[in-house]
Amino acid sequence: MTVRVGNAAQAPEFLESSKEQLANSQMRRNVRHATDVIRTKRNRVVAEMPDWEALRESARQLKEHTLLHLDIYLAQFEKACTQAGGKVHWAKDADEANGIIRGIIESHGEKEVIKIKTITSDETLLNPALEAAGIIPYETDLADLIVQLGNDKPSHIVVPALHRNKTEIRQLFIEKMKLENLGDKPEDLTDAARRYLREKFLRVKIGIGGANFAVAETGSVCIVESEGNGRMCLTLPQVFISLCGIEKVIPKFSDLEVFLQLLPRSATGERMNPYNSIWTGVTAQDGPQEFHVVLLDNGRSHILADEKDRQTLQCIRCGACLNVCPVYRQTGGHAYGSVYSGPIGAIITPQLQSMQHSQSLPYASSLCGACYEACPVKINIPEVLIQLRNKVVENGDSPLVERVSMKAASMALSSGSRLNLAQKVAQVAQSPFVHDGKIQKLPGFLGGWTDSRNMRSIPKESFRQWWAKRKQENA
Amino acid sequence: MRSITLVVPFMKILLFVTCYNDTLFPETGKAVVAVLERLGHEVEFREAQTCCGQMHYNTGYQKEAFPLMRHFLEVFHGGEVICIPSASCVAMIREHFPVMAKDSGDPALIQEVNQLLPRVFEFTELLVDKLGVTDVGAYFPETVTFHTSCHSLRSLHIEDKPLRLLKQVRGLTLADLADSDQCCGFGGTFAIKNAPVSTAMLSDKMACIANTNAKVCAAGDNSCLMHIGGGLDRQQSDVRCMHIAEILAATEAGK
Repeated sequence: MTVRVGNAAQAPEFLESSKEQLANSQMRRNVRHATDVIRTKRNRVVAEMPDWEALRESARQLKEHTLLHLDIYLAQFEKACTQAGGKVHWAKDADEANGIIRGIIESHGEKEVIKIKTITSDETLLNPALEAAGIIPYETDLADLIVQLGNDKPSHIVVPALHRNKTEIRQLFIEKMKLENLGDKPEDLTDAARRYLREKFLRVKIGIGGANFAVAETGSVCIVESEGNGRMCLTLPQVFISLCGIEKVIPKFSDLEVFLQLLPRSATGERMNPYNSIWTGVTAQDGPQEFHVVLLDNGRSHILADEKDRQTLQCIRCGACLNVCPVYRQTGGHAYGSVYSGPIGAIITPQLQSMQHSQSLPYASSLCGACYEACPVKINIPEVLIQLRNKVVENGDSPLVERVSMKAASMALSSGSRLNLAQKVAQVAQSPFVHDGKIQKLPGFLGGWTDSRNMRSIPKESFRQWWAKRKQENA
Repeated sequence: MRSITLVVPFMKILLFVTCYNDTLFPETGKAVVAVLERLGHEVEFREAQTCCGQMHYNTGYQKEAFPLMRHFLEVFHGGEVICIPSASCVAMIREHFPVMAKDSGDPALIQEVNQLLPRVFEFTELLVDKLGVTDVGAYFPETVTFHTSCHSLRSLHIEDKPLRLLKQVRGLTLADLADSDQCCGFGGTFAIKNAPVSTAMLSDKMACIANTNAKVCAAGDNSCLMHIGGGLDRQQSDVRCMHIAEILAATEAGK
């Protein structure tokens, strides 16, 4: 089995890629502005909910329960969806999923597909796989279209082109859509996109999307969106294919009541998504007459096996943790080297890859806890980050100098008298580095500190030394 | 000086000064002792104490953190009230000691941690919640802004306890800090392992501090202040960083 999360296995370490992103001041301004706007909207519509905390807890419990009985609910979903005229496929990894989808398209002799935003297909690298087979995928979500036209990468789970501003997008449209006289108002840009996409909606016979929720009880699939492109893809084509992570299943139709309150508020700061599409199998003379669901594992069952880190799979991909993350807000999404960025990306990307790649990501956090506070399904992201750091250390993948330092520190801290001795040694040993009572340059990995910050020198008398003296004087 | 109303009678308070305050910020420990003794309580410092294990635990060295927790439990066994002038160490104890104890599968250890937790107080929690005082008789004639550390905000839910204490300090002008819920970028070993991002976060925090026109930036965590102060010092700013205990310890007599 080859689990793939986009190109994350080849991505540089977070430290390296973050340096590159931090140097891009235009991108950082764009990210700061966009996350500020979404956060403000989100906070407003969350504050008006008297039962927000109860909803979060309900969602957490629903997800936890479902994950513990995932085998049952997936089988129930397959049965119900099949009975309603859908066809359910099981894919153990990215390649298998891409192969199934390609097979369906080729069985119809088609060469084009229209796509609703699905980050799961970015995870499996579906578009390059289809292109290699001579099939052209057209992204129809505006942001995904911008990313696709620009040969770019998504930088946000919900708002993939968040790192781009209006001027940059206009320039891209002028080039790629050959529109020399394109205006610069947002309406001009959306009008251009609408004209570009409209003829594809009317022509292309196969649609592909993801799934926000798959209902075990009824076999229904739910996709929420804001632009109506999803509704087009779900009604006009003859064939529709849903690529759905196995963790997207929920037990009952009525459970949507909880999630459809939490998701839009958390994701885009809307009370309700403009388009909520829920369909069940195939309905005669209404929408696609052939419907496929590809249930994707791709490392998910590996995460499911870990009692503490399993909560990662509760994620409903709202992106709220990205918008509040002080690290993401500095670096944007590309620094994470994965289709999943921000705090959730930092825990999901390394886990999907069995901690074989992306091991720098669990350290890409100050553990400030803003993500946990914002998460609508209460994933304790800081806790998972710490567990993953422990896995990195236990696997022997932490830097040698760090391991040695940590061992030395634990020795020094093993008793009060050893700490006292270590303090006395440090008070003397620091002297080559101390100038005017402060340290402005430290060697080795500690230089990361003094690159931008002074270090105060260690005072000549520690607290415990002062206390011992005081006790003696008072005795 | 106004008289201080004692709400709680004499109490014997164990001080866990924390390893980095002990080594790098002894004046914070002295200030805690000064405030508590001024309020009529007795402070005991058990010299066998070392560290809560937070740095090891949060960096992924759970194996090394475990004996530090055991040592902590031994040292503080039997004490009635434990005062800690560091919200992040309190968060370590409250959030992660129970996890480590549970993981050990040792019922005695689990029970010991359960018995420890209600006795652990962050310094401002101890003053406001346990001792019931907000006016500790301090005098500090400066404009001060307060940095709420992420652990005090999101783990301890400290709310306005530090601000209530500062508002009672005579001569002190409190300046609101914008974006006070934003992390300063310290994050323990994050500050070294991802120094560029940590520094970018620090720049934002320093800009907010500069906008307050305060001369002192206070906090309940010297870890954040070591980072913020190090950045301010590098910029040759005249803003000083001080632990809130040092402000509360200051009096007219001591000026």
